Formats: sequence, structure tokens, C-alpha cells
Amino acid sequence: MINISEVTETNKMIDKENLDVRTITMGISLLDCADSNLDVLCQKIYDKMTGLARNLVKTGEEISKEYGIPIVNKRISITPISLVGGTACKTSDDYVKIAQTLDRVAAELGVNFIGGYSAVVSKGMTRSDELLIRSIPKALACTERICSSVNVGSTKTGINMDAVKLMGEIIRETAEMTKDKDSLGCAKLVVLCNAPDDNPFMAGAFHGVSEADAIINVGVSGPGVVKYALEQIRGASFEVLCETIKRTAFKVTRVGQLVAQEASRRLGVPFGIIDLSLAPTPAIGDSVAEILQEIGLEHPGAPGTTAALALLNDQVKKGGVMASSYVGGLSGAFIPVSEDQGMIDAVEAGALTIEKLEAMTCVCSVGLDMIAIPGDTSAATISGIIADESAIGMVNQKTTAVRIIPVIGKGVGETVEFGGLLGYAPVMPVNRFSCEAFVNRGGRIPAPIHSFKN
Amino acid sequence: MNRTIITVVGKDTVGIIARVCAYLADNNVNILDITQTIVQGYFNMMMIVDMEKMEKPFEQAVNELDEIGKELGVQIKCQREEIFNKMHRI
Repeated sequence: MINISEVTETNKMIDKENLDVRTITMGISLLDCADSNLDVLCQKIYDKMTGLARNLVKTGEEISKEYGIPIVNKRISITPISLVGGTACKTSDDYVKIAQTLDRVAAELGVNFIGGYSAVVSKGMTRSDELLIRSIPKALACTERICSSVNVGSTKTGINMDAVKLMGEIIRETAEMTKDKDSLGCAKLVVLCNAPDDNPFMAGAFHGVSEADAIINVGVSGPGVVKYALEQIRGASFEVLCETIKRTAFKVTRVGQLVAQEASRRLGVPFGIIDLSLAPTPAIGDSVAEILQEIGLEHPGAPGTTAALALLNDQVKKGGVMASSYVGGLSGAFIPVSEDQGMIDAVEAGALTIEKLEAMTCVCSVGLDMIAIPGDTSAATISGIIADESAIGMVNQKTTAVRIIPVIGKGVGETVEFGGLLGYAPVMPVNRFSCEAFVNRGGRIPAPIHSFKN
Repeated sequence: MNRTIITVVGKDTVGIIARVCAYLADNNVNILDITQTIVQGYFNMMMIVDMEKMEKPFEQAVNELDEIGKELGVQIKCQREEIFNKMHRI
């Protein structure tokens, strides 16, 4: 039987250490909504989404109340829109109309984001993909709750450098079109390599074609819980350190598994995966950077950071895998800058640079995330950064991503305020040497030799 | 059986258990187990109860117990048992 110390431990995690379920994300396939008439398409999308996700927010709130665990976000991921809008959309503005429909759906259902205004172009772009990509700046400027992502490479296909070049331009254009809000549009746009089909976390969430008609994916969190557990074993050996992280990750993930099963049962939608991620927020005590400090670094960015993060990421997975029947998504530690107070402090102290963050992305679950860069950074330089991250993902057979914000009108030393979960960020310097000739070559980078396993 | 854990944490005062038990009895909730400690003047109680025969929606009981807690100056939580079983038992 459960005893009082176990109950107290769980409740302390929730009350004092910010344990929460970060998101219940319902994945919905829109493939069957395709139509050659744009208005009919939008109506079908509206009907299907509002039908399936009608009770998503309410169910999330009920579960939260009954188990006493906060469920921070209720979200929806959908089939990449470039696959759905192909026959109906003749121009980029047609795609914007779909984005507006989705925004209306999000507002009516009360979900805070819909992810999947996306294109998967890891090898080549169709005309539909390109129209969608070119519509992204306008779509993100005129909607509030839409997240966009573009997958530009994979271990199996190599890197589509034409798409990488285009995305550099699109990120700049998105920044320009939302410059009155500190280029906020770019915070909802991510460029991926090896994007998973079942990621519940924004901005990179979409419902891949390998998925069922509808599915429930859950993203857990809990960096504060890991940090607190590590505070209790200061100075202990790596063996004790790893065991402690593993045990904590197990407990955190079990809560996610429970919430996912309940949500799945109550909504009548199959359970997909648990994403075992440590996702920080700007709140004090909800930080991945603080875990790295607890492991023994003065600031993230100090020598040893990559090793510490590698260890953390691996132990989170090892603990989480046993706690859940299916894991997927990104699963690991997130290292966004603006969403993590400890990362912001490290940048302000001069400990953390983009180059060190790039190294860290080799061993954690995602990539360069929520980093503000000077507004005068060229499109080619942004493309270069995307190419570097994609190469890391492609060669290491892992997901990598770039979500950087060139803040129009601001330079190094200034600060950008995004608000809410997106936090604030100091503008970080970018290497000023040109990569224009490299980016302009055109074509693809072939898949690496170790991807040929057949 | 609909096993639920009720926890009460806060400064000790007269009548905490009486008040909570009266509420549970009024709502047809059966108490299966009570554990209670006082550490440095702080009251810490855990009850395992069966809510199967309660007629109210679970959410309403959560809110009402929360209100009683506020009146008594303590924190009362009411959570389904599975969250603790999942976390602490394999």
C-alpha cells in the first residue's frame, strides 16, 4: 500500500519542483480532407479537427484535477499541410487561407498551438511544398497559434541544400514581417533534420504520414525534479549521479504514461508515444541549465558541458524507456536559450556561445533553439547555420533543429522579450565571415555512407 | 473500489480530522486508512478512501475539500491513487 512518504514525495515534486505534464498533443491526420476546392478543403479541415478534438482541453483539465498534476498545454499536430493543400492551393496566399482556418480552429478549441503548417522536403521540393514554404512568413504574421516546420534533410536522404538556402530567406522574411513584435514569427518556425513523425512538442510537431488517423502523444517534463534529486547527492561519483537521474526520469515518465493512457481512454483515441524530454520554462527551478550546474559546471558553456549534457540525455532516456510502453518524439534534454533562465544567465555571463551550443546539440535531443541573433544577419549565414545543424543530425542519425530569431532592428547586447513560455533572450553574436558561395551552389548533399544499411 | 488519496498539510489546529471526516461521511466516502504525523507543529495527514459510493463528480469533491482546507488554514489535496502507484510501484 502507498505510504505517506511516497505521497509526500510526489506532491513535493508537483508543488515545489515544477513537475508537470508539458503537453497532451492530439495528432490528427488531414489526408482525407484533401479537395480541389479551397473552401471545401478548409471546411473539411475545420469539421474534422473540431470533431475529433472537441473535448481535448476539457479532458486535459479533468485529468489534471483528478490526479493533482498540472497539464500545461493541450495541443494538436496535423499532417504536413503541403501534403493536404496540394491540389487546392495554386498560390502561396491560398495556403495562408488554410493557416487562418487552422488559427480559427485553435481559438475555438482553446488549444494554444497547432503544429503542422509544414513541409517535408528532405530530398526534393514539390511545387506544393515550395508554395507552402513561401507562404510561411505571411501565415505566421497573420495567425497567432500556428507553428510551422520544414524538414530539410535526413540520414537516409542527405540534405536538400536548395531548401536550406530557401529557409534562410524565409526566416529573414518572417522576421521582417513580424518586426513590430521583436520578430516573434521566427519563434514559431523551426527547420529540422530527421524530424520525427510523432513529436508532441512545438514548434516542430506534425502528424507524419506513418501515423494513424488520430493519436494521443504526451510530452513530460520535470527538470526541476532532476535538479532537486541531484542536490541531495552533491559530490557523489558518476555512478551515483547517473543512477539518480535515471530513477528520477523513471518517476517523471510514469506520470506521463498515466496521463497519456487516461487521455487516450477518455477521448477514445489510441495512445501513441511518450516523449521523454526535459523541457525547461523561464520559471526559476525549471531549468536544464541548473541541472548542468548541479552536475558541476559553473555555467553551461564551461568545458565539460557537452559531456555533462550527453550523460544527462542518456540517463533520461534509460530511466524513461522502462517507464513507458512506447516512447518516441524527441526524447532527451531541450536546451533552448530564451526559455531557460540558467541559459540566459550563461549567455549574459559570457559563458555560452552559439558555437558551444552547436556542440551541445550533437548530444542532446534537438538543436539550436530559441536563440536571438542580430537583425542584420544575412539569409546566407542563417542557411549556413541550418546546414551545419542538419549535417550534425544527418551524420549522427538524430533529430536536429534550428529555431533562431534574427531580431530586426536589434544587435548584440540588446534583449528581446517574447513573453510567456517563450521567455526573453539576449541577442547573441554570430560568426561574421561569409558562407554565401557555399550556400549558393544548389542541389543536395548526399546521404552519408553509414546510412546504406540495406 | 475507487481509491483516492487525501492529504492534509499545514499548521496543526483543533478539529482538522473531525472536519474532513464529517465531510467524507456526508458524501458517503469510506475511509480505508489514516496515517498522521506532527513534525515541528506541522500537521501531516494521509487518508486512503474509497469514493465509489460518492454521488458528486470527483472534481467537485476536489474543489470542496480545497475550500475546507482554506477555512482551516491547511492545504487539502484529493488525488486518485493511480498517480502514486504508477510513480512508486513497478
